[in-house]
Amino acid sequence: MVPLSWYLGLSAMLFTIGAVGVFIKRNAITIFLCIELMLNAVNLTLVSLSGFFGDVGGQLFVFIVMTVAAAEAAVGLAIIISIFRNRESLNVDEVDTLKL
Amino acid sequence: MWHEKVLFIIFAVIAIASALNILLQRSPLYSALSLIGTLLSLSALYLTVHAQFIAAVQIVVYAGAIMVLFIFVIMLLNVPKDQPQIEKQKGLRYLAIPFAGLMIAEMFYVLRPIRLTTLPIQPGNPEQAVGTTWSIGTALFTDYLLPFEVTSVLILMALVGAMVLARREGD
Repeated sequence: MVPLSWYLGLSAMLFTIGAVGVFIKRNAITIFLCIELMLNAVNLTLVSLSGFFGDVGGQLFVFIVMTVAAAEAAVGLAIIISIFRNRESLNVDEVDTLKL
Repeated sequence: MWHEKVLFIIFAVIAIASALNILLQRSPLYSALSLIGTLLSLSALYLTVHAQFIAAVQIVVYAGAIMVLFIFVIMLLNVPKDQPQIEKQKGLRYLAIPFAGLMIAEMFYVLRPIRLTTLPIQPGNPEQAVGTTWSIGTALFTDYLLPFEVTSVLILMALVGAMVLARREGD
């Protein structure tokens, strides 16, 4: 049988890869993909803990996280489309109007 | 039960390799396609912890709906390739490997107490075990009814928000 620590370790690695992607990538869509990867790493933690403790609550939370991710993808991609219309670029270094 | 470990290792390696491929690709389209590989192998891993419903939803909603939306937007915008990064603080690269090693050591230390915890055998009717559609549906429409209903408001807000944001000025 696969121990619980393997699942949690894999989840930590995937989350780290996603976080590194957010820091080193400059394309807004790729950064967004890395955020989805981090959401999925947390989902793996919730599902595996739910399975190992026999509590259905974790899987319900993953279900809610998936709906939030779908809503986030729709709104985020709409923002990206409107940024691209205004600036003809998706480089996040060029979108710095809110910077002090 | 060595074959379960082999299955886990296969899918874990696929998940991590495609996750790293997201970072290595310059084109966002290839990054999106390798994220689909990660999502599919995570779905297989959900099956190994007896979360059948979530595994199916992962493929239908994530790999199906959300990633199609991403690829649609990437194709629509004809996104340019990622520019090579400019390094601002070169000294930090020598600190990165010791810090990464420290974090991995910390992870092993934290996970040590549960290194032998394995999946318990669930008592009772297997058709009503945790992770089946029956168990998820029963909990969702009894104890968790309010979060479920609030989710519909969230989806409506996202729908209106996406339409307002992506609309052209003056329409």
